[in-house]
Amino acid sequence: MATTTLTEAEDRAAVEHAARITHVSKSFAGPTGQQLVLDDITLDVAPGEFVTLLGASGCGKSTLLNLVAGLDRPTAGTIETPGGRPALMFQEHALFPWLTAGKNIELALRMRGVPKAERRPEAERLLELVRLGGAYGKRVHELSGGMRQRVAMARALAQDSRLLLMDEPFAALDAITRDVLHDELTRIWNETNASVLFVTHNVREAVRLAQRVVLLSSRPGRIAQEWTVGIEQPRRIEDTAVAELSVEITEQLRGEIRRHGQH
Amino acid sequence: MASTDTKADDLAGLEAGLDALDAVQVRRTPAREILTRKVLPPVTAVVLVVLVWQLLVWAEVTDDYKLPPPAAVWRSLTDMWLQGTLLEVVWTSVSRGLLGFLMAVAIGTPLGLLVARVKVVRAAIGPILSGLQSLPSVAWVAPAIIWLGLDDRTMYAVILLGAVPSVANGLVSGVDQVPPLYLRAGRTLGATGLRGTIHIVLPASLPGYLAGLKQGWAFSWRSLMAAEIIASSPDLGLGLGQLLENGRNNFDMPGIFLAILLILFVGIAIDLLIFSPLERRVLRSRGLLVGN
Repeated sequence: MATTTLTEAEDRAAVEHAARITHVSKSFAGPTGQQLVLDDITLDVAPGEFVTLLGASGCGKSTLLNLVAGLDRPTAGTIETPGGRPALMFQEHALFPWLTAGKNIELALRMRGVPKAERRPEAERLLELVRLGGAYGKRVHELSGGMRQRVAMARALAQDSRLLLMDEPFAALDAITRDVLHDELTRIWNETNASVLFVTHNVREAVRLAQRVVLLSSRPGRIAQEWTVGIEQPRRIEDTAVAELSVEITEQLRGEIRRHGQH
Repeated sequence: MASTDTKADDLAGLEAGLDALDAVQVRRTPAREILTRKVLPPVTAVVLVVLVWQLLVWAEVTDDYKLPPPAAVWRSLTDMWLQGTLLEVVWTSVSRGLLGFLMAVAIGTPLGLLVARVKVVRAAIGPILSGLQSLPSVAWVAPAIIWLGLDDRTMYAVILLGAVPSVANGLVSGVDQVPPLYLRAGRTLGATGLRGTIHIVLPASLPGYLAGLKQGWAFSWRSLMAAEIIASSPDLGLGLGQLLENGRNNFDMPGIFLAILLILFVGIAIDLLIFSPLERRVLRSRGLLVGN
C-alpha cells in the first residue's frame, strides 16, 4: 500500500499542473463537534484545462474553491498553485460600487503592481475582451446583471493568474444571458489559455463548459466520479451529446443525493 | 475561418442586444421638476408658519412682549444689519463651530478606525464612546470653564466632547456594515492589511462615515450654542449664543426670536450646503439613492 502511494506521488510530481490538491480534508466546528466537510480530496488541474466541480448542496464545492483561492486553510493535506495567487469569481459580481467598471479592473492591476501609466490601456483592453468597450466610466449600478459578471470576469483576468476559480458565477443570471456568457467564457478561455476550475450545481452547464467533470458526494465531500467530456467545442447547451452525458451524470448525482435520505 | 467570424459576430450582436435590453436607465431630474418637487414644498411650509404666527399676533392670544410680531423680529434683523454686527456675530459662531468640527473629524476618524479594527480597543472604549453620545455636552461646560477658563479653549473642548463620539461611532458602524463579500473580493485581489483598509474598508464604509459626520456637525453646533449661552465673557466676543443670552437679560423678545432663528438657519444652511449634497453624491454614485 505504502509503495503504491509513493509511486503514485512520484508519477504525479512529474506532471505539470496549474493546481494540485493532495489529500485535502476540511472540517469546521459545528453544533455536534467537528464537522467534516471535505474528505481526502485529491485532484489536479492541468495547465490550460477546464474542470468543473459538480455537486449538490453541502458537498463542500465552494469550500474547496476557497481553499484553493487561499481564503481558508485545509485541516489536512496540501494545495499547490504554482502560477501564484489564483483569480476568483463569485456568484455575486462583487464589484466595488464606489468605483467605475474601469477603475474596478484598475484596482486589480494596481494590487498586482502594474505601473500607473499602463493601467488604463490594460483595463480598456480587458473590457474589449469581454465586449464592454464603452463601459469604462460606467458605475456598477448602471450595468445589467450579465454586464456586471463580464466586468467581474475582466477584473479576474486582470490578475493575470494562470488559474481562474469560478464559484457558480452565472447562477443568478437568466437563462438567455447565462447561455451567452457560456459562449463568452469558452471564447475567452480559448484566447487566454488559462486553467479554469468552475464550481456549479448545474449538470448541463458543467458538461457544456468543461473538458473534465468531477462529481462530488455530499457530507462529507468526496470525489465520487469523473468524466472526460470528449464533445467538440463549440458546444451548445441544447446539443444532443451534451444532453446525453448530462442524463448519465444526473443519474449519478441523484444516486448520491438519494443515499442521504436512507439514514 | 469565415464561419468562425460570423459566429463571433453573431455572439457579439446577441450580446449587444442583451446589454441594450437589460441596461439600467439613469434619468436626470429636470430643473423645473426640482423646483416644484424640492423647493416649493419647504418654502410653502415656512410661509405658512409665518402666516400662522402673524394670525396669532393679530388674534392677540398673548401679550406683545411674550409673542412679538414677525415684523418686530425682522426689524431686529435689519437693525443688526445696518449696525454692521449681524455678519460678525454669525461669523464668530460659525467659524468656531466649523473649526471645532474639523478638529473633531481629525480626532474622531483615527479613533473610530482604531475602535473598528482593533478588538481590544473596541472592547475597552467602544461602549464608552456610544454612551458619550447620549450625554448632553452641556454637562461639560461647567468643568470646562473651571479647568480651562472663560476663553475659546472651553468652547472647543465642549464641541469636541460633543462631536468626536458621533464622528467615531459613524465610522465604526460604517466599517461594521461593509459586506464581507467586498473583503473577500479584496483579499483575492491582494488587498490585505493596510492596502485592504485604504482601498476596500475605508471607501466601503464611506456612507456610514458621512452619516457620522453629519451628526457630528449637528452635535458640534448644539454644543457650541449651549456653551455660548452659559459662558459669556467679553474675551469670548459676541456669538449667536451670547446674542440669545443678551436678549433674555434685556427682556428683548424679538432679539431672542432672532437669535433662535439665526441658530436654526445656520444649522440648516450648513447641512443643505455641505452635508446633504456630499451624502447624495456618494449614495447616487453607488446606486443607493432610489427615486431621486
